[in-house]
Amino acid sequence: MSDNLIEIRDLSFAYGRKLVLKGINLTAHRGQVIAIMGNSGCGKTTLLRLIGGALKPTSGSLLVDGVDIGRLDQDALYRLRRRMGMLFQFGALFTDMSVFENVAFQLREHTDLPEEMIRDLVFMKLNAVGLRGAHELMPSELSGGMARRVALARSIALDPMLIIYDEPFAGLDPISLGVTGNLIRRLTDTLGMTSIVVTHDVQESLKMVDYVYFVSEGVIVAQGTPAEIKASDLPYVHQFVHGEENGPVPFHYPAPDYALDLGLAA
Amino acid sequence: MQRATLDLWVGIFVVAGIVAVLFLALKVGNLGGFDNSETYEIRASFQNIGGLKARAPVKSAGVVVGRVAEIGFDSKSYEASVTLKLDARYPFPRDSSASIMTSGLLGEQYISLDAGGEEKMLVNGDTLKITQGAVVLENLIGQFLYNKNDSQTDSAEPVQ
Amino acid sequence: MIEALIENVRGIGRRTIDRVWRMGVAAHFFVLVFLHSGPSFRRFHLIIREIFSAGVLSLIIILVSGLFVGMVLGLQGYETLQTYGAEESLGVLVSLSLVRELGPVVAALLFASRAGSAITAEIGLMKATEQIAAMEMMAVDPIARVVAPRFWGAVISMPLLAALFSAMGVLGGYLVGVVLIGVDAGSFWSQMQAAVDFKEDVLNGVIKSVVFGVAITIIALFEGYDAPPTAEGVSRATTRTVVTSSLAILGLDFVLTAFMFRGV
Ligand SMILES: Nc1ncnc2c1ncn2[C@@H]1O[C@H](COP(=O)(O)OP(=O)(O)OP(=O)(O)O)[C@@H](O)[C@H]1O
Ligand SMILES: [Mg+2]
Repeated sequence: MSDNLIEIRDLSFAYGRKLVLKGINLTAHRGQVIAIMGNSGCGKTTLLRLIGGALKPTSGSLLVDGVDIGRLDQDALYRLRRRMGMLFQFGALFTDMSVFENVAFQLREHTDLPEEMIRDLVFMKLNAVGLRGAHELMPSELSGGMARRVALARSIALDPMLIIYDEPFAGLDPISLGVTGNLIRRLTDTLGMTSIVVTHDVQESLKMVDYVYFVSEGVIVAQGTPAEIKASDLPYVHQFVHGEENGPVPFHYPAPDYALDLGLAA
Repeated sequence: MQRATLDLWVGIFVVAGIVAVLFLALKVGNLGGFDNSETYEIRASFQNIGGLKARAPVKSAGVVVGRVAEIGFDSKSYEASVTLKLDARYPFPRDSSASIMTSGLLGEQYISLDAGGEEKMLVNGDTLKITQGAVVLENLIGQFLYNKNDSQTDSAEPVQ
Repeated sequence: MIEALIENVRGIGRRTIDRVWRMGVAAHFFVLVFLHSGPSFRRFHLIIREIFSAGVLSLIIILVSGLFVGMVLGLQGYETLQTYGAEESLGVLVSLSLVRELGPVVAALLFASRAGSAITAEIGLMKATEQIAAMEMMAVDPIARVVAPRFWGAVISMPLLAALFSAMGVLGGYLVGVVLIGVDAGSFWSQMQAAVDFKEDVLNGVIKSVVFGVAITIIALFEGYDAPPTAEGVSRATTRTVVTSSLAILGLDFVLTAFMFRGV
């Protein structure tokens, strides 16, 4: 068994003709929490979808637990996914089921456990995210942050080997933000999982992750341990860590000259 | 919603739906009539069947005893050949006669079967000898208007 | 001038190809739903839930509409029939029109706008809020878990609803014709029984409603599953479900009628 749960080599991906990822190299050791950072629209969600097998790489290889996920057929892919969890950017809870049923979903779909056992497991997972008391609520009755925590409980229901988090910190108050950060760390350590976290929250994530990748315009521009990142003087990293407006990251989506669009040319 | 309540509602719905189908089959339709019991077929030729249709009732003394199964055209005699499906519970003498009647002035047409006096009964595949075709309204009116003349051609005549 | 003409013809061609392509995709989808139906029959409570939302929740509108359609048929039919002195045929008129045509067709139209649109909106929103993607990431096939139970739930509900519609309609006709106007009850029922054939009329009506149910449901599911994951995409898809399935019902009704009641 290789020490690397995820190995990405020269991975490229294009939506139609639009090249989004251009030769990504990334490695995640078992038991690590990896952060992927980058400006909005740089292709982080796309990268997560590729790791989850929802998209097929245009070129390059993507090994998860030693198998090339881009070349699996549906059955093999589904078998692998049972050992993965994914936290979607907006939770993606099943709106026609209660919180309890959402967390129980995979247990019911993939196991034949008796009802009492399912109950116990669900309460354990809900307890881990601090929402055991909310088990009867419907997703529409939850706040955004609560919904994200329920989604987290749902994605760890089957004790996966790998969890992918798409922006778990967005929209959380500082307290739940710290709690969620600790939770990810704790779950990773106690359950022996590996976590990949996409986030914009530099300060919070630098506290808890083992390794950071910076993505910009489809390529990895910087990587290192939190200590290395904090010490880095690369302009891109510096801008990102300190949240400066001016730097190599453009705030604007590529556009023609502003004056031209306002009709002020000529 | 609770699983039990849901099950109950769906149960009520399915039972109601099946009752509706049974209602349509038994009360509205004719299932449970002779359609699924034993029948025998006989044939009859008519010079003119007017507006008779397949599945029209065959009545005797006003009681439905069978149905028109098939209507064809005999290209040798140039007559309509009609197959009747009769309920096996009702045997008829071999010299019974069939005539095409109309219920009401403009109602649907049916076949009226009048029992004869012979001992022998009709069996499957027999042909009725005495038949009377439909009264064609146009001919009737024509006859009425010209009844001073000796007009003969009339499809309402008995056919031997 | 010529250029514009060619461009127009090209547009027609493109649209035709798009339509045919979409129909092909929908047919493929239909086959997929069938192939993935096994699990939902092993877990029948999934189908029961969908019978509830497609069937039970449509009951009120179906029963009330059936009753009123039957009452109107009774009233109008009586007006026409009495001019020919054939009031006793009222039962025949009411029941035949309901069992053969109005029952299956009107119930299906109501079903398309009540249950069909709900199915499209629900699945479209599940897609827009990434619930479908989440399910796939949890190694659960959404066709088997979400689409197939809805398909069977709706297909089971449709003939039952159509039968209830027809039965209510006959009762409505009875109410107006016999109870209110005073047509003889005996001849109302007996003429009706003599004219309505179980196989030719009742059974064919049921077959029609099954076919309509399949058509509506597959259109609704496909539109939802195929909808662009945006608010606008879902609302357009919902409209398209109602329009397309209504047209499909009327078109199929013509074809089925031509096959079933030919020469009667
Ligand atoms: N389904 C799609 N079809 C075509 N282009 C897409 C699609 N999804 C995303 N893109 C494009 O791919 C690029 C990367 O999108 P992605 O969602 O991966 O960004 P992101 O890094 O997750 O951004 P954010 O931090 O805002 O969530 C964007 O420029 C976007 O316009
Ligand atoms: Mg994203």
